[in-house]
Amino acid sequence: MAELLTGAAALIMLSALVGLARVLRGPTRADRLLAAQLLSTAGIGALLLLAAAGAPALIDVALVLALVGAFASVAFVMASRLIERR
Amino acid sequence: MSILVSLFAAACVLAGAFFFIAGTLGLLRFGDTLSRVHALTKADNLGLGLIVLGLLPLADSLADAFKLVLIWALVLLGGTTAAQLVASAVRRDQRPPE
Amino acid sequence: MTGWMLDLPLTLGLFCAGAATLAARSLFGAVLGFISTGLIATIVWVRLEAPDVALTEAVIGAAATSVIILYVASRIGGGAAAPTPPHIALRVLAAILSALLAVLLALALLALPEQAPSLAGPVLEKIGPTGLGNPVTAVLMAHRAIDTLLESAVLVFAVFAIWSMAPDRRWGRAPGPAFVAEPHGPLTFLARVLPPIGIVIGIYIAWVGADAPGGKFQGGAVLAAMWVLPWIAGLIAPPSIRDMRLRLAIAAGPLVFLMVGLAGFAWAEGFLAYPPGYAKTLILVIETAMTLSVAVAMACMIAGPPERRPQP
Repeated sequence: MAELLTGAAALIMLSALVGLARVLRGPTRADRLLAAQLLSTAGIGALLLLAAAGAPALIDVALVLALVGAFASVAFVMASRLIERR
Repeated sequence: MSILVSLFAAACVLAGAFFFIAGTLGLLRFGDTLSRVHALTKADNLGLGLIVLGLLPLADSLADAFKLVLIWALVLLGGTTAAQLVASAVRRDQRPPE
Repeated sequence: MTGWMLDLPLTLGLFCAGAATLAARSLFGAVLGFISTGLIATIVWVRLEAPDVALTEAVIGAAATSVIILYVASRIGGGAAAPTPPHIALRVLAAILSALLAVLLALALLALPEQAPSLAGPVLEKIGPTGLGNPVTAVLMAHRAIDTLLESAVLVFAVFAIWSMAPDRRWGRAPGPAFVAEPHGPLTFLARVLPPIGIVIGIYIAWVGADAPGGKFQGGAVLAAMWVLPWIAGLIAPPSIRDMRLRLAIAAGPLVFLMVGLAGFAWAEGFLAYPPGYAKTLILVIETAMTLSVAVAMACMIAGPPERRPQP
């Protein structure tokens, strides 16, 4: 079971890392932001799976990541609006 | 009984991983930014929900199970808000300059 | 076996994210590469069996650093503009030096004996009297408390340094720009719903640090992030930097730490010594005050130097 969970975590992280290609390709900032968002959600999924595979303390790390996951998008929207107002 | 639980957990976890992969595919292959936002948010949230569902029976304690559900709720909240914000930023960029 | 399935993509991903940050053609792209690197690093820390560090990386990287860098980028004049690259010779030199450093580190790591020298054994032996279950907290607050005390003082100095960046005429004002609130927008919704949950989680993380990964720094940072969110949404105005309550909150943690340390002369063997049986209580008192200070100090650091007239 633990092997399966770790394997699933590997799958999820691998797919998120492949999605990183969007950060380079763009073309808009929103696309790059999406890739980071994907990484954050995949990270949470991987952490939950690793926690169940044998390290329960990781659930807290996943909890904090889930809490602050939206901040990058929030910061980006903030920066965009500030730039527009200049 | 325990075999059934393990099978259920394994099935949910693998289904969740499948949706994550689908989300990445959408991110890479869809032609329009807004479609990518849509694909990613839906697929990722569903994938995470399935993973949480699969891990719930394996949880060590009630507190851990509660945390799992809380995490999923937070990701749902944060993810949908982020998608809305990103989409509104895309709209703003697409509007022709006045 | 499956460990390698996870670790290999993570390692490659870390390199790729770093490369993407350097290769980005716009400032926004570079910032996002940086944030992505931080997120991958969180998982890497977990795989290196350092969940405390992973917690710190998660909250600081995703919430604090991203906000600060993006705010600065917007001040410099737009994130879409390409940063001017330095001279090619300089870049080649930087690449060579970085590669050299990486090779040296790798050689040093590979040269370690099979059982790398570590103080983990003695720490775990002596953890009993501290009453703590988390060896990281035991080291931070009992065995090497002097380091933590000095670091807490550094926090205060960091806030000074950031405040002092404002021109003289702006001293006494409130930090940050005026954010406009959209009454029914998604950001306002998030800023109303998330902070209550986040405050509970932040206090929980600070509290649980005694026996599990966590602690005052991570908890305080989460609390700071919960202030930053309504601030960006335009729902909260920061106080003037002259506000005495603000300054007291920032100083409270290091002060309590220092006082407990000095009291060690009276009730134990010396500076920062804890009397037997009271170690955990004193540590919790220090941690509570420090969590408050870390939260307020980090919020001030993210908000930046004073700019605006404070609201009456």
